[in-house]
Amino acid sequence: MGVVKGDQMILNIGPQHPSTHGVLRLEVMTDGEIVSEIRPHLGYLHRCFEKHCENVTYEQVIPFTDRCDYLASMNSNFGYVVAMEELMEIKVPERVEYIRVIMGELNRIASHLLALGVYGLDIGAFTPFLYMLRDRERILDMFEYTCGARLLYNYMWVGGLSHDLPKDFEKICIDFLDYFEPQISEYNQLLTYNKIFVERTADVGVLPADVAVSYGVTGPNLRASGVKWDVRKDEPYSIYDRFDFEVPIGTGELGTIGDCFDRYLVRMQEVRESVKIIRQALKDIPGGDVHQALPKKIRPPKGSVYRRTESPRGDLGYYIVSDGTPVASRLKMRSPAFTSLSVLDEISRGWMISDVIAILGSLDIVLGEIDR
Amino acid sequence: MTLAEIKVAIESLFPGTILENEELADHQVEFKGDQWLEVATFMKNDPDLSFDQLECITGFDTGVEGSLQTRYNFHSMEHRHKIEVIISHDRENPKVASIEKIWRIGDWFERETYDMFGIVYEGHRDLRRILCPDDWEGWPLRKDYEGQLDYHGIMVPKMKEESGWE
Amino acid sequence: MTVDMLIDWFATIGDFPVLAFILAVVISGIPLFLVMALNAMVAVYVERKVSAFMMDRIGPMGQGPGLHAGKWGLLQTAADAVKLLVKEDTVPESSDKVLFKMAPFIIFIGAFLGLAAVPFSSTLQIVDFNVGVFYIIAVGSISVIGIVMAGWASNNKWSLYGAMRSAAQIISYEIPAGLSIIVPIMMASTMNLQELIHYQSGTVWGVLPNWIIFNNPFSFLAFFIFFISVIAETNRTPFDIPEAESELVAGWMTEYSGFRWAIFFLSEYANMLIVSGLAVAGFLGGWRSPIPGLFDSGAWGLFWFMGKVASLIFVMMWFRWTFPRLRVDQLMHVCWKVFIPIAMLNIFGVGIWKLIFG
Repeated sequence: MGVVKGDQMILNIGPQHPSTHGVLRLEVMTDGEIVSEIRPHLGYLHRCFEKHCENVTYEQVIPFTDRCDYLASMNSNFGYVVAMEELMEIKVPERVEYIRVIMGELNRIASHLLALGVYGLDIGAFTPFLYMLRDRERILDMFEYTCGARLLYNYMWVGGLSHDLPKDFEKICIDFLDYFEPQISEYNQLLTYNKIFVERTADVGVLPADVAVSYGVTGPNLRASGVKWDVRKDEPYSIYDRFDFEVPIGTGELGTIGDCFDRYLVRMQEVRESVKIIRQALKDIPGGDVHQALPKKIRPPKGSVYRRTESPRGDLGYYIVSDGTPVASRLKMRSPAFTSLSVLDEISRGWMISDVIAILGSLDIVLGEIDR
Repeated sequence: MTLAEIKVAIESLFPGTILENEELADHQVEFKGDQWLEVATFMKNDPDLSFDQLECITGFDTGVEGSLQTRYNFHSMEHRHKIEVIISHDRENPKVASIEKIWRIGDWFERETYDMFGIVYEGHRDLRRILCPDDWEGWPLRKDYEGQLDYHGIMVPKMKEESGWE
Repeated sequence: MTVDMLIDWFATIGDFPVLAFILAVVISGIPLFLVMALNAMVAVYVERKVSAFMMDRIGPMGQGPGLHAGKWGLLQTAADAVKLLVKEDTVPESSDKVLFKMAPFIIFIGAFLGLAAVPFSSTLQIVDFNVGVFYIIAVGSISVIGIVMAGWASNNKWSLYGAMRSAAQIISYEIPAGLSIIVPIMMASTMNLQELIHYQSGTVWGVLPNWIIFNNPFSFLAFFIFFISVIAETNRTPFDIPEAESELVAGWMTEYSGFRWAIFFLSEYANMLIVSGLAVAGFLGGWRSPIPGLFDSGAWGLFWFMGKVASLIFVMMWFRWTFPRLRVDQLMHVCWKVFIPIAMLNIFGVGIWKLIFG
């Protein structure tokens, strides 16, 4: 396993702990307060998702994907249906595409709000957490209005959606966006540029760009290290190439490029960009029937596909192998949080225990996705 | 570069690595596993190929009688080309060189494939189970996996029999 | 005051000096304990409501006595007190049982002794020490022993971390607190709390009350250094590393539950009262009214004192729910490299000011 040096202490963070974002055990070797190595122990939330997918039909996989990344269920669904539609070569109606983008971006905002609020909570600021959760509740209310569920939606189906947008949804959504945009400035005032918060996060846990790419880190974590890579722009899927939005990257504004503060700031800026995308989508959304292209029976041709999409945590990839039957032969979910967690050991060496909590919070992991 | 050009580049330096297979799609290529470490190093470091992102490692069981496979998905951020590499392993003794020193995410991905399929990656610094408990028996995602009856006294529930999924 | 008055009264009844002393002390301890308990109950309710309103929620609410938590949740603290008293008394198996049980009481003693010297009004004070300021600062350090005992006896790495951090923090921040409280002592030439308040009579520039904080710029700065240092001493955010919930799961208090934890809690709020009382007496004019001459007599003293103390406690709560927490080494940096030089500068400045301006 490893030989513990004489004056080192082994500290166990978790599995039950207020800041590990799930059930995660971190075995930390410390010398006083300075960390020398971290060994994450996973598997507490392993629910055999991939084995289940080899025993249920393709339609029945969708609720399983919800439960993997439970904070961004719409995006998990989205990744799966995009991969399946590429395998089966189905073309969905325009209305379905627009609604999918709107739901995906709303869920991105909700997931980022939770990540940022919980990060403030880890650092010790209690109030921004509640403000962000209050606004996230409004998004979840909109989801409940549409498909009846607050957190696990089973909304995007292969070839379409489960429900069309309800009455007045566009108006409710625009009202929310108009209320929400000034709130972002309030969060910045309260937490982002607070001197104590900056002291805790700037220059801490710097992730250099080449280390990030080698460790497979993607999403906001990679963008905070200065690499401009967003699947929505570089390998566009659905109708993302029609929208005009920026891809924020870390600039080392108040510290070094790739530190915890940059990861936090990139997520904050991405929230603004998502609001932009939703406004554009709501303006151009066409009419139509969302159930039109739903296949009666999903029986994809033999073959395999690997397709990745941009979830709030990074590149969510689905590798699906089909042998012509209604049940998948192999379904692998490449989860972005898995790769983000793998880099924790590398960037925490030499920092203190309080910093480990700060770094772990900035990576924004969800154990459901890591363990599947 | 297109897949054909990539194949030519690899074949010229490592003859005999690429195996012909009709069933593969046009982005997939099958390699022989014996020179895998050198080929992988070449794929990463060569400036024309420069596959710096290892997207995903998937294990695959082709059937109860067939072989095990490891499928690697590579992507180059600079040249924006992709390739999928398939390496087959013998069922009795599946092993191949580990590439975790080249792409650091290989570390955890290979541990996961080892955990689920039992494929041994030689040269890995610390190959142990990652998702299942350390003393779990068997390779769960193989098609012929029989779950153990109990784990430290806790009964392990059985998967439902495949009936009437039509 | 109270102890002296009781001893004098006993002297008029009969001649038993030793017994009279003991009786006087014990009898004056009772209102002190009541003050501590009442303070904790009110402060907990206020903290919950204040934090709730700051976080855009409403806190404990109810419809009336007997229904949930009383109107506006007023009975919530009483319900919590009852719950804590009847909870199971768990002592961890592998802990050091004697130290574990002793630790809360040592912290309680520190708070209790400190409360004895706080001048609630010109006549309401348990004992009027000649070295009142010195006494409060000295007695406040007793709690460090209790904290380290609690952390060590719990036999738990997390508690140990919390206790070590807390000991380092409290001992370090006593220095700027002590250096800053020297400023009013220098200006009033006395350590007696009542005389310190008497010094702050009259007005400065005809408009502002002659409180020490308004007297000269150095004492103005000294007040803020003092106030922030005592927030660090009472382990409140942004200095609540020892009980950092998201890192150490309540730090050195982790293994305590039920009544033992209630004693910690009681002592924390009593500490807040003591340090606010000291800040008010030393810098903000004690029980004097802000408009000299108006509402300045007798019972009004208690009103003004408690009003000022309540506003300082409100500011402490405000800080807790707004700011994130500092890391341990940043805390130490702020104390040793920022506060202590400024505090020393203040002492020089006030000395020179007094020399020049008398």
